[in-house]
Amino acid sequence: MTTTRSVGILATRSVRTIRRLPSAFFPALAMPIFNMVVFAGTFFAITQIPNFPTDRSINWYMPLGIMMGAAFGGVGLGFTTIRDIETGFYDRLRMSPTSRLSLILGPLTGTLIRVLLMTTLVIVIGIALGARFTGGLLGVLCLYISALGIATMGAGWGLGLAFKFKDMRGAAIMQLSIFLVMFLSSAQVPLEVMSGWLHTVARINPATNILRLARVGLVNESSTDYLSWNAIWGGLVAVVVMSVLCLGFALRNLQKLSD
Amino acid sequence: MRHKPADTARQFAALSRRSTLALFRQPAIIAPSLIFPLFFAALGSSAFSRAISLPGFPQVDSYLQFTLAGTVTQGVLFGSVTGAAALATDIQDGFFDRLLAAPTSRTSILFGRLAGSSVFGGLQALIFLLALLPFGVTVQAGVLGYASIVLAGFLTAFGVGALMSVVALKTGSAEAVQGTFPILFILLFLSSAFFPRETMSGAYRRIADFNPISYMVEGQRSLSIDGISLTAMTQTLLIPSGIAVLTTLLALRQLSVRLAAR
Repeated sequence: MTTTRSVGILATRSVRTIRRLPSAFFPALAMPIFNMVVFAGTFFAITQIPNFPTDRSINWYMPLGIMMGAAFGGVGLGFTTIRDIETGFYDRLRMSPTSRLSLILGPLTGTLIRVLLMTTLVIVIGIALGARFTGGLLGVLCLYISALGIATMGAGWGLGLAFKFKDMRGAAIMQLSIFLVMFLSSAQVPLEVMSGWLHTVARINPATNILRLARVGLVNESSTDYLSWNAIWGGLVAVVVMSVLCLGFALRNLQKLSD
Repeated sequence: MRHKPADTARQFAALSRRSTLALFRQPAIIAPSLIFPLFFAALGSSAFSRAISLPGFPQVDSYLQFTLAGTVTQGVLFGSVTGAAALATDIQDGFFDRLLAAPTSRTSILFGRLAGSSVFGGLQALIFLLALLPFGVTVQAGVLGYASIVLAGFLTAFGVGALMSVVALKTGSAEAVQGTFPILFILLFLSSAFFPRETMSGAYRRIADFNPISYMVEGQRSLSIDGISLTAMTQTLLIPSGIAVLTTLLALRQLSVRLAAR
């Protein structure tokens, strides 16, 4: 079987579970909406801090909700893979006449389709709650690229850990690591507003660049990040490098699993 | 079966001891409710250090000082789920039925479990107070303020633990109890635990105005920032007490329903 065909079949299997098991997909939709609403509501006044790049809290926290949803959606692939390994289904997949690459790219494609759905829904609700894309379609595109990028990273990381640990020990590490990477960044406030140890950590955290890319079309036109090439290329490099590293980690551990 | 008060007290003490020791013997279960609130406090102190000058914020030296009450409440709320999940596990693995088969007072089974959660809640509050002390966080109300916050932790854990016990007794499933965790998370965020209500707006502000957690946190915050006052003490101690009375009644009712169904 060709790699492309295998990828298609495995992606379809992943997407089909949305219809067959909506209860499993629901939290993946509810969590980013909840995060967006509670952060924007609780920290409503944060935009009054001088030099805050937007005057709408929902503009700042909608991308955070989407990024967290996408990252956890990505590592969610690790959870399902652990379950497939534990039930023995993954052994059957590995014995099938298909390339190892398709075992990663197939479920990854399914995950990206789910993340696309989630991102679209959160954007629609965000706009209904007052979010405005100051950067127009380019801003929307940057947000989608960031979401898909961070989902790819999460999926690679989740799959790699699933292949390495082969049981639920990996799931705890997946959740904790993604949680830390997301929060130790400019998730809550921009770099210019934070201080102390978090500023030092967030500055070198690639998630900061990805969040910056996600927000280029949502900040005020007076902000230095507004559709700035600096913010865009930094985010794109972070997405590409981190995705390659995480998918490489997954492929390497899949090969070890077969040894 | 009628039990002598001395017997009931002895059974309650034994079951309380069991539930308290069980919590401390499983550090992996209780660690998250100690580590995460401190992590968020550290995160907030860096992220929101400039927010304290916003209109609506009380006069504080640092965001950490402001968020002390929120940290305590967050930890205690999350830790309260553990005891109820243990009660559900007792039901799942048959230990609850064995207790019922023994000449044990029915209420001591429930209160014994809640005692474990409450002791842990009080201890959590004390740990958070001590852990933040070296970073300049103080309780202006002095020893009485410290004691009130620890007692509030005890009472909150009792009240929320009783509420979670309703779910445990109704479903007999530890998973169902853990599944209610997001509700506590939502309640906490829809309050003034992390930012003052004065900085919120619209529907969100109105929800925070109705949320009793807002007033409970603000009582502790007032003890910490302003010092001792009757209002602060009332909010700190009476609100969790009221919640505890209400949820205990609900838990006892659910216990009766479960016993009647046997």
